[in-house]
Amino acid sequence: MAEETPALDFEGWSCPLPLRSYPRVVTGHGGGGKLSAELVEHLFMPAFGVESGSELTDSAVLTVGDGRLAFSTDSYVVRPLFFPGGCIGDLAVNGTVNDVAMSGAVPIALSSGFILEEGLELDVLGNVAEAMGRAAREAGVRLVTGDTKVVGQGAADGLYVNTAGIGVVPEGVDIHPLRARPGDQIIVSGPIGLHGVAVMSVREGLEFGTEILSDSAPLNGLVAAMLTAFPDLHVLRDPTRGGLGASLCEISATAGVGIEYEETAVPVPAEVAAACGFLGLDPMHVANEGRLVAFVPPEGVDAVMNAMHGHPRGAGAVRVGQVVEDHPGVVVARTRLGGTRIVDLPLGEQLPRIC
Amino acid sequence: MCLAVPGKVVEIRDDRGTRMATVDFSGIRKEICLAYLPDVEVGDYTIVHVGFAISKLDEESALETLAMFKELGILEEELGVESTEVGGTAS
Amino acid sequence: MKYIDEFNDPVLARRLFDEIARITTRPWAIMEVCGGQTHSIIRNGIDQLLPEEVELIHGPGCPVCVTPLGVIDKALAIAARPDVIFCSFGDMLRVPGSERDLFQIKSEGGDVRVVYSPLDAVRIAEENPDRQVVFFAIGFETTAPPNAMSVKLARDRGLTNFSVLVSHVLVPPAIEAIVGSPTNRVDGFLAAGHVCSVMGSWQYGPLVERHRIPIVVTGFEPLDVLEGIRRVVAQLEEGRAELENAYERVVRPEGNVPAQAMIGEVFETCDRQWRGIGEIPMSGWRLAPAFRDFDAEYRFDVGSINTEESGLCRAGEVLQGLIKPNECEAFGRECTPRNPLGATMVSAEGACAAYYQYRRLEGPTEVGVSVG
Repeated sequence: MAEETPALDFEGWSCPLPLRSYPRVVTGHGGGGKLSAELVEHLFMPAFGVESGSELTDSAVLTVGDGRLAFSTDSYVVRPLFFPGGCIGDLAVNGTVNDVAMSGAVPIALSSGFILEEGLELDVLGNVAEAMGRAAREAGVRLVTGDTKVVGQGAADGLYVNTAGIGVVPEGVDIHPLRARPGDQIIVSGPIGLHGVAVMSVREGLEFGTEILSDSAPLNGLVAAMLTAFPDLHVLRDPTRGGLGASLCEISATAGVGIEYEETAVPVPAEVAAACGFLGLDPMHVANEGRLVAFVPPEGVDAVMNAMHGHPRGAGAVRVGQVVEDHPGVVVARTRLGGTRIVDLPLGEQLPRIC
Repeated sequence: MCLAVPGKVVEIRDDRGTRMATVDFSGIRKEICLAYLPDVEVGDYTIVHVGFAISKLDEESALETLAMFKELGILEEELGVESTEVGGTAS
Repeated sequence: MKYIDEFNDPVLARRLFDEIARITTRPWAIMEVCGGQTHSIIRNGIDQLLPEEVELIHGPGCPVCVTPLGVIDKALAIAARPDVIFCSFGDMLRVPGSERDLFQIKSEGGDVRVVYSPLDAVRIAEENPDRQVVFFAIGFETTAPPNAMSVKLARDRGLTNFSVLVSHVLVPPAIEAIVGSPTNRVDGFLAAGHVCSVMGSWQYGPLVERHRIPIVVTGFEPLDVLEGIRRVVAQLEEGRAELENAYERVVRPEGNVPAQAMIGEVFETCDRQWRGIGEIPMSGWRLAPAFRDFDAEYRFDVGSINTEESGLCRAGEVLQGLIKPNECEAFGRECTPRNPLGATMVSAEGACAAYYQYRRLEGPTEVGVSVG
């Protein structure tokens, strides 16, 4: 094995690496970590003819006539379909609404595509569809087009949902990871880790009792309130798979800036900390579905914080750190004891540890 | 090497001859095997590793340790010895 | 008293840092044997806040990382069988064998499942009577009683479709190997608190006597780790070499007697290969002959798999603090956190992996973490 591996230049290690040594897709390729990023960088982008180094964001912003449209898509394969605080249906609406909103756009309409497994109970599908309808009404978007396919038994795990969404980017709004710059203050909209822990608590083989509910929620209202208070937000991101840690790592790498945050400032609910404690997970890498992280220039922080605190989805907003001149591309946490540690992108999915 | 965390025993029962418990970890409850701690009772805190309680926590000893930490350095402070700076030495 | 937050108090931590700085007059090299303590040290940045004289050497105490390559290859061979459900702790999945890892076996159709507890594997065997369920029973002494219980329960419940692939490792022989090496530069040890909660602290007395070296049984929260370091430094500065227990709320001198009895019934001591380190005599447990029916090595006839490790890896020297990770020729080339050759690069807290991370921060010449 070692003999066959070509010698790599340490300094240039991250770029020329091939798709690890996996000849087939592994679950980690969908985990939102390094493996996912590599699949996009080394397989999809060359195949699609997209230039390396092009902008990769959760939603694309397209100029159409005089205006700009945000466009995004996401597929939902969560297991189990129903979990404390939500189900695959509201997740599919909120997730795409949020992806569109993270470019500052006002989401307008969503498509929905279903892949159903033969044998799925119609009651289950009905409940999922009801949840989608409710979530769309709450977010103020319309479900305007859709598609349904059925695959044989065993070819899908009950049901999968894909949604795509479009929204209109207001004039003067320019929100993009590349705009992160030293001095920007980093604000998190509320407690982290709730969705990931809620889903894990009912996952087969891992079950544990908890009162925790998923934070699944639409964030477009909160984003609108923030933009009204201060239009020049630099970056917005909803820290879903890979958690807040992955979002900070991605923004830091994209913008080529250093990030520092205070661990004690990050709102981690006691139950999330406890679940992460016995499973050996880092709350910074646990998924959220109703939180955002905002990079705001110093002069806008007060206005943005006030706007967030005045909105139900941002009542728990706190400032956790800032963008710094030092260590470009690296995220550093200041620990409770006053030390530092480097926060890295997780490789793939998070698994319980014994060590 | 061994991730093990403290939790409080809230319920004990028998599962086909094996002593099992519900243990609460600050709001997270998990089914835990008590086979190796036959004397543990409801209300006790135990250290749990991969689903097994391996040791009962001794509150008195914990309090003593914390009290000792609180006294550390007090003597020096009274004698006017300055506290050493510990921040920022990234060695 | 919740036993966690109280032992994370930054004010008390500062007192301990101050006290360590006050009593330290000379350079000392202290090894925390346990990966859990390494995790706590890196996670809290403790190493950066200690006086320069106190060097922490991260020991070989990650059971996942030291599991020998040959055993991983056996696991992969078994997990690839269509009749097998292979159950493993989560952190074992990404540890590479010679050519593949368990994730890859899974992607090729293998039924690989992550379990939280060995009892989950027993339950899966009960629920799938027509499938062979194999549990990957790895770990240090702490994990041995739970793993032993799974075998015992399987026998008591008459499960003929359950077996275990055992590769247990033991702490005292590893300390003996490190301190007995002619090149040893470790002055004192933090013994692993949770291992001691099972085995008792008495096991370490003979090591202290024989090698005149301080050993302090230490816990895992930041204040516990600092207190362990403080006591080792105090002993070294005063010229003492004693066995102390800084984790008394959990560790009793005699350990957990029922757990030891179960270990004695189900396992027997054997020589064991440590990945990236080499063979250490009598440093492992395997299934006792009475439980051979539950031994996956026999059931699936993988005993002949015996993989040689890469000669490039110098993890053994890194672990002893003899070389810095970047002095190994393979570091950052053949060996990276994504394609690790040895134990110290496999886990995020491994000496080489930690060093690799910090190079991103400090540049190639300066390094922000003491790894020996």
